[in-house]
Amino acid sequence: MRHIISILVDNEPGVLARIAGLFTARGFNIESLCVAETEKPSLSRLTLVTSGDEWIIDQIVKRFENMINVIKVEDLSGEDSLERELIIARISTNQKTRSEVLRVADIFRANVVDVGPKSYALELTGNKEKLEAFIEILRPLGLKEISRTGLISLKREKKKITER
Amino acid sequence: MKGIEIFFKTLEKEGVEYIFSPPNSFGKKVDKLFSDKFSKSKMKKIISGNEQGASHMADGYARTTGKPGIVVCDSDTSGTNTITGLQTANMDSAPMVVFICHFSENENLSNIFDQIDHIGISRSTTKHNFLCEKVEDLSRVLREALYLSTTGRPGTILVDIPKQVLDSETKFTFPTIKKVSGYKIPKEAKSVDIKKAAKLIMNSKRPIVFGGGGIIISEATEALRKFANRLKIPVTLTLMGLGGYPPDDPMRVSWIGMHGSYFANMAVHNSDLVISIGARFDDRSTGGVFEKFAPNAKVIHIDIDPSTINKNIVVHCPIVGDAKTVINQISKEIPMSFKPNTEDRLAWFNQIKDWENENPTVARQKGKMIKTSYAIDLISKITKGKAVVVTDVGQHQMWVAQYYQFANPRNQITSGGLGTMGFGFPAAIGAKLGRPNDTVLAICGDGSFQMNMQEFSTAVENQLDLKIILINNGHHGMVRQWQTLFFDKNYSCCKFDLNPDYVKIAQSYGAKAFKIDSPNDLEGSFKEGLSTKGVVLMEVVVDHTEMVYPMLTPGGTMDDMLLSPDDPIPDGPVPDMS
Repeated sequence: MRHIISILVDNEPGVLARIAGLFTARGFNIESLCVAETEKPSLSRLTLVTSGDEWIIDQIVKRFENMINVIKVEDLSGEDSLERELIIARISTNQKTRSEVLRVADIFRANVVDVGPKSYALELTGNKEKLEAFIEILRPLGLKEISRTGLISLKREKKKITER
Repeated sequence: MKGIEIFFKTLEKEGVEYIFSPPNSFGKKVDKLFSDKFSKSKMKKIISGNEQGASHMADGYARTTGKPGIVVCDSDTSGTNTITGLQTANMDSAPMVVFICHFSENENLSNIFDQIDHIGISRSTTKHNFLCEKVEDLSRVLREALYLSTTGRPGTILVDIPKQVLDSETKFTFPTIKKVSGYKIPKEAKSVDIKKAAKLIMNSKRPIVFGGGGIIISEATEALRKFANRLKIPVTLTLMGLGGYPPDDPMRVSWIGMHGSYFANMAVHNSDLVISIGARFDDRSTGGVFEKFAPNAKVIHIDIDPSTINKNIVVHCPIVGDAKTVINQISKEIPMSFKPNTEDRLAWFNQIKDWENENPTVARQKGKMIKTSYAIDLISKITKGKAVVVTDVGQHQMWVAQYYQFANPRNQITSGGLGTMGFGFPAAIGAKLGRPNDTVLAICGDGSFQMNMQEFSTAVENQLDLKIILINNGHHGMVRQWQTLFFDKNYSCCKFDLNPDYVKIAQSYGAKAFKIDSPNDLEGSFKEGLSTKGVVLMEVVVDHTEMVYPMLTPGGTMDDMLLSPDDPIPDGPVPDMS
């Protein structure tokens, strides 16, 4: 099963290596990994996507929690959370496909961020499904290369049902 | 104050007694500083033969005292040689700190990026590691390192200190460490968990305590003794737990594991409640077939490290907390008016007694060659179980666990997790420094001993009163045993075609030494050796065909044991020895 693990860590050198190292040591693969400073410059948030059965994920989460410099670990899979990823895609174009690519960009609400005589670069934000659909549509039109940020995620505010 | 002076001053103020270090680390500059500024302090440097030796010495010191063992070495191969020591200590939760200090006077070596990445290398062998980049951070980093190594589940820390930090100047401070970011130390357990455990205990008919090294680290012996005696619960120990519960207590049921007692393994297998305290259900203590472990039992798992819970065995009642605190919490939760059912308990203890009568742990001397089990049983009786016994790894280690009746915690020092051969002798040197008033015995096999015997120079130089019992069977005995049992006696690479004269080796270092090869001389020779001052090597030539029994059959359950050479060896895949 796919798991999104959100980890709040001290913004210090070596922390990322320690977290990534645990995956190497256990032979697990990281699907995507995103790290950046949070609202507090002393902390970083790390969003990591991996697959594995419940037991393995439980072990990974416990190991992360044991690490010094790790403030909080949350497995967001199954939680109500916001998921976003950014993609930049370059598509080679010719006379025939040029307008079709722009139409696709329009449908997906992607932005054109670079224009050349032989290609377009498009930028799109969305969840995993949306980005994958986007890639599949572009592929036959001349998809040349892509760069993805990997998933970032944040828990939604808890909805409270209260009696009035 | 210069960084290098801050370094030593901080360690001195932390109450460090010994700095274990290889000879090349204390260059002229450092040595002069040490003798000028720290000659009057209690801090003493112990120079080892090599860095692995230094790390095991620090480890032995740490395990016998509970205080952190300190290793200081240079940034070259000195550092890489400590990796085995780091992992050995870390797996057995011994507090140890290795400082990689760039002492070298050669300025060309000052750029850390040209050198070995010690932080990278040590990442998976330490609890945590630091690269100290600013002299202003130095005393805080040192204090944090010592704090982290000794608290929670103790472990190893490596600190890499570049030359420019040691050479820079700043004002000396001694900051208080109350909290390290992202570091949690579980103490008390949640009351729901305690209530659940208490209920399980009160409802059980055949409970057993499965005690590990955590009892010793948490100093829970007395609390556990009271708890077990009040609730009439038998207590068995893992290899690392030995010494954590008195051998003569009426509740004590020997020890468990691959070579544990028949009746203790049977008791765990047939219990209806396993109360594990400070143990991690390693494959060597459970037989390795985790899904068949104690099939009729519920399991309460008390551990300070949440990552050990549900790792090997799925438990019914996990409790994260300090062993002693949790025992007291559960004890409080069970009302004083509660009495376990007398009939149930009588039947349970009688059953365990019956198993013991079926296969008691008794050492017998047969034949003209000395049996190791007999020799160790004898040394246990002579020292009344009160010596600090440091072992190496192999058959002799298992016989020590079987026959040495450890009376006190922190007296059995062995590499249980990693099984580091060559650990025993240097660790015994550290143990003797930590516990100068106790009898310290290094019991080593000839295979293990040869892996670190250069440390004679350190032992003799420091005029330690250290006794070495060298069990010489001319073989890697445990390898031979496995090849006998599981590899059709296909003996390969286990016999020493050339075994040196250990008596001469010891004497050449200035130690006293003699050889014992007759069972009749054993008692007299041991007594003589123990009463001789200084470093004494007693080489005991033993029967190499003796094997360690009982033995859990690999792939079997805990009630499935080989009890003697006559037992048929089960069919099935060849087990994994490592």
